[in-house]
Amino acid sequence: MKNFFKNPLRRWAWLFMGPVVAAFAIGFVWPFIQGIWLSLCKFRLISDAKFIGFGNYAQALTDPSFMHSFWYTALFAVVSLVLINVLAFAVALALTSGIKGSNLYRTVFFMPNLIGGIVLGYIWSMIFDGILSRYGTSILMETKYGFWGLIILMCWQQIGYMMIIYIAGLQAVPGDMLEAAKIDGANKWQTLFKVTIPNVMPSITICTFLGLTNGFKLFDQNLALTAGQPFIIQPDGSTIKTTEMLALNIYNTFYGSNSASQGVAQAKAVLFFILVAGLGLAQLAYTRKREVQQ
Amino acid sequence: MNKKESLSAERRRKTVLSVVLAAICIIYVLPVLSVVINSFKYNTFVKTDTFALPVGEMWAGFQNFIKGMTFGNYPFWKSVLFSVVITVLSTALILLFTSMAAWYIARVNSKFCKAVYFLCVFSMVVPFQMVMFTLSKTADTLHLNTPWTIPIVYLGFGAGLAIFMFVGFVKSIPLEIEEAAAIDGCGPLRTYFSVVFPMLKPTLISVGILEIMWVWNDYLLPVLVLDINEYRTIPIHIQYLKGSYGTVDLGATMALILLSIIPVIIFYLLCQKHIIKGVAAGAVKG
Repeated sequence: MKNFFKNPLRRWAWLFMGPVVAAFAIGFVWPFIQGIWLSLCKFRLISDAKFIGFGNYAQALTDPSFMHSFWYTALFAVVSLVLINVLAFAVALALTSGIKGSNLYRTVFFMPNLIGGIVLGYIWSMIFDGILSRYGTSILMETKYGFWGLIILMCWQQIGYMMIIYIAGLQAVPGDMLEAAKIDGANKWQTLFKVTIPNVMPSITICTFLGLTNGFKLFDQNLALTAGQPFIIQPDGSTIKTTEMLALNIYNTFYGSNSASQGVAQAKAVLFFILVAGLGLAQLAYTRKREVQQ
Repeated sequence: MNKKESLSAERRRKTVLSVVLAAICIIYVLPVLSVVINSFKYNTFVKTDTFALPVGEMWAGFQNFIKGMTFGNYPFWKSVLFSVVITVLSTALILLFTSMAAWYIARVNSKFCKAVYFLCVFSMVVPFQMVMFTLSKTADTLHLNTPWTIPIVYLGFGAGLAIFMFVGFVKSIPLEIEEAAAIDGCGPLRTYFSVVFPMLKPTLISVGILEIMWVWNDYLLPVLVLDINEYRTIPIHIQYLKGSYGTVDLGATMALILLSIIPVIIFYLLCQKHIIKGVAAGAVKG
């Protein structure tokens, strides 16, 4: 009985699977494999690639601008992860406490999510410069302005998104459990930490995963807000772009003025992939363990 | 007595919370409002009087909008057109082909299907920078560098999440419905298009919303793949306003930004329920 449907379907595999498999090969599988291969090569065009082993990786790891952008990105990701999640959770708690007009608030808080990163960057650079120009400075003048500016921008954009996920989680907390905690004499904080939070652990897993990987992968907003400014010229003549994050650093290494550095850029991209995938999976494994069995 | 007191305390707490939330709400709208007011201001006043209303000598009327239309030697309506073409075609391609493949994967479940599914899930954790150089070269070689062919690239790079969401949904549909259709004489094609596809509607909407939001706002993929002298999407257009010349006309930039976010906000207000549901569904992929 089982195969009676499978066999006729198999004859249509070319139609059902063909387009996706072909596009997936062009859009992902082949570029991925070629990317790994090219990270081990010296090349300008792809056709002149010459195998050189792990030289590109050694160069990438000793590149001060890459290491700077790594630490900058890590700091940014951690700060934005904590701020966004705490604020989004607080807003979600407030909106599920039976307040009037919570739908309106939800609509407004989620709205910035639909605006693209480039546009967001220009909106906020106008706002920050409007404020900072009164003090005779600009967001492009100091690293700390660029850092906190990007944090504010990301909070504005992401809190609404995380809030939606937390609201869904909070609405699924069993009401009788909260009731039982109340009858047993737990106060509000005890209920929050002992009942509510353990029950929304799945939402926390998703939100911290998204927050961490979004923070590391950030590109558009970084490009549009500061594009790495201010720059520091080092004694050896090389430049460190102080607010440049990892994704932008890789982009600049590929398409910057030094066209001989494409192999190094590809090696950086592979390292970036390993970092993002590794961190994401480690984080998932870590918070999954804390989820309540239902 | 005690209960009454705690009730009024509860009410007071709710009032305070409402006031705080309303204040945050206003702060949330301010950035968008500042775009609106500055799009009607002469350029010189945008930087010095960012938060003032465009009155008196600052009022530029619709001059910024007219100027913005041909700003940067590229007509704005063309960017809008290309953005619409790319978003509509990509979303349609992704919805049609990934849902078909997902049904095949879920029902046939051969070794090949499992391999494709595994690769799709894997592709979701790969950042775009990993493949951007080789992908743009491949797309160039295969002439996928026009607004009419770039949807194939989007189908390839965006297949992962869509397949993942569709397979999850197809597995929850009871097989008996399709078996009944087969017994009644439907071939696989008819079974799919007149029985399965209509049942996929909720997931089609969720995936569609996610893809529209992604493609419409995407900057890096089109800027690397398309020939930007000829084809620009809205994000590329806005980025190149700043890139091409030393000084930027901030008034005109804000006018274009306003024009580009108005349709997004209208779309959001019309399909709010679906958008929020779609985003929540997409997030559960973790």
